[in-house]
Amino acid sequence: MDMKRDYYEDIQLLESKVVWFWFLMLIASLIILPFLIPNYYIYIANYMAINVIVSLGLNILVGYTGQISLGHAGFFAIGAFLTVLSMAKLHLPFLPALLLAALTAALFGFILGLPALRLEGPYLAIATLGFSLAITHVIGRWQIFGGRMGLEAPSLTLQGLFFSDGPYTLESDRQLYFLIIPIAFFLTMAARNLMKTKVGRAFIAIRDSEIAAKTMGVNLLYYKTLAFAISAFYTGIAGGLYAFLIGFINPSAFSFILSIYFLAFVIVGGLGSIFGSIMGGVVMTWLILKLDKIQELPYLGATLMTFSERWMSVTGLPNVSSIIFGLIIILIVVFEPLGLYGFWIRTKIYWKTWPF
Amino acid sequence: MFLQLLISGLSFGSLYALIALAMVIIYKTSEVPNFAQGEMAMISTFIAYTLLEVSGQSFAISFIGALIFAAVLGVFLEFTFLRRAKDPNILSLILITLGFEMILYGLAGWRWGADQRYLPFPVSDFDIINLGTAVFSYLNIATLLTALILMFILFLFFRYTKVGIAMKATQQNPMAARINGIRTHRILSITWALSSLIGAVAGILLAPIATLDPNLMLDPLLKGFASAVLGGMTSLVGAALGGYILGIIENLFGGYVSVEFKSVVAFMIIVLVLCFKPSGLFARHYVRRV
Repeated sequence: MDMKRDYYEDIQLLESKVVWFWFLMLIASLIILPFLIPNYYIYIANYMAINVIVSLGLNILVGYTGQISLGHAGFFAIGAFLTVLSMAKLHLPFLPALLLAALTAALFGFILGLPALRLEGPYLAIATLGFSLAITHVIGRWQIFGGRMGLEAPSLTLQGLFFSDGPYTLESDRQLYFLIIPIAFFLTMAARNLMKTKVGRAFIAIRDSEIAAKTMGVNLLYYKTLAFAISAFYTGIAGGLYAFLIGFINPSAFSFILSIYFLAFVIVGGLGSIFGSIMGGVVMTWLILKLDKIQELPYLGATLMTFSERWMSVTGLPNVSSIIFGLIIILIVVFEPLGLYGFWIRTKIYWKTWPF
Repeated sequence: MFLQLLISGLSFGSLYALIALAMVIIYKTSEVPNFAQGEMAMISTFIAYTLLEVSGQSFAISFIGALIFAAVLGVFLEFTFLRRAKDPNILSLILITLGFEMILYGLAGWRWGADQRYLPFPVSDFDIINLGTAVFSYLNIATLLTALILMFILFLFFRYTKVGIAMKATQQNPMAARINGIRTHRILSITWALSSLIGAVAGILLAPIATLDPNLMLDPLLKGFASAVLGGMTSLVGAALGGYILGIIENLFGGYVSVEFKSVVAFMIIVLVLCFKPSGLFARHYVRRV
């Protein structure tokens, strides 16, 4: 039943034995999955997990705290470049490097959160947009970040995760899977837990009404900057993992468009929902990868090719993915503001009460 | 050196001022920063290019054709997407303009590819007038003059025409405007058309200095925002002045401090202004609604 009888039931991470059962099943299936599917799909799964982390981080900020950000590509870039750099230059092991990069991203998030105290919607959007453009600009021009050429991720070893170097190189996608998925899983549970604590409720109170939250004793300075910092931390972690998934990073990959893609994950998944963030990250990653090779799609691909030759340009065909993304964002905002999560909830209610 | 930097600063500044004006006009009526502004101007510039190069029309006809296209595009965005939003809060309106931005960016990339093109402009950047130690190019002068003329027309428009006054009324209080018999929806569409048109002028003036590709307006868009924030998002005069100030500051920074990090200036200005005077330098007040 949905009725809750005491406070501890409300803050439990997993509500019932049934949920516990499915939770364990999920862990088990995540562990066996990479042994069942071909390598390319493992790569996709890794990519999805990284985008789920970003989506979670952004949702904490946009969906739960109600602060808009168009600058998450900047945090993503900080995570990616600093992880690689601190491994290459400072010879840090991977996990400390990742943590250092994510904490730096969080620091930048904190700084960006300071003007957010005085700014609302449109102003904040502009400030965060400026931030991410400035970050990519600085990274692109500064020689230590490899300039326009970018950086290559060093090879990763199993012991290299904790110590400086060692045998067992992690190079196949399957090995990376066992690095990325646990981190994503842990961060998901952490986000879910966070939203059940005092901090999470303060975030939601700020989203619903800043002034009401302030009257009830929520410290806006603390919680708003905290939301930015946590969000940036998540995105930084995702950025660090991304560098190793792709193996090579250059500043042009972290453009303004990427920030919009991140927002699209959250919007499509559903604002203010952990499950929605996961759905958004997974579905949109799949869509991005499909649309990258749009000319190979059955039926549609050939039609698009002839259409491009006649009216558009063949070299510009990959740009169709931007068009489709833009349309998806607009359609979701206009017709289903709660995204996939809203759809899921409605389907669930429909079947629960089915004949009626 | 100083005079030279000042001149090119003013020239760039007038472009920023136009973009900022286009944004502020929208922001005052719809309360949404239009992130599609840049791409709308970019597409309109491409239309001018197509008319000029592919169809072989004269520059005047291409220019007017691009402006008409821009106006129609503005109305289209307002009518088809923004008006449809069910529960328009700031976030969803911003997202709609972002979505539209991506659609236009994709369309331009699809149609014209990533090739860098050159928009033949009747006024050359290489014919120059010497003025003491500084050099004016004809293009600088044309840019400055066009921007000033356009601003003057806008001033007259908002001051003396019925539509302009109706627009101001709608900006101040939509409800009262409706009661007084103004069709606010129609006014809103006209506002978007006007804004898009101003943006297109900026795009066409920018094209001969920059290269014409789908990324044409990505950077100027941020500059436009910075100018609007600097002058005050709710003040037309402020936005225009903000554009000139930003152009000059940026160019002086590029000349005396570092060319490499010139683009970061715009961001620093946004952050500093928002931290210390969120209403901008020239806007009167900053209303917070509960």
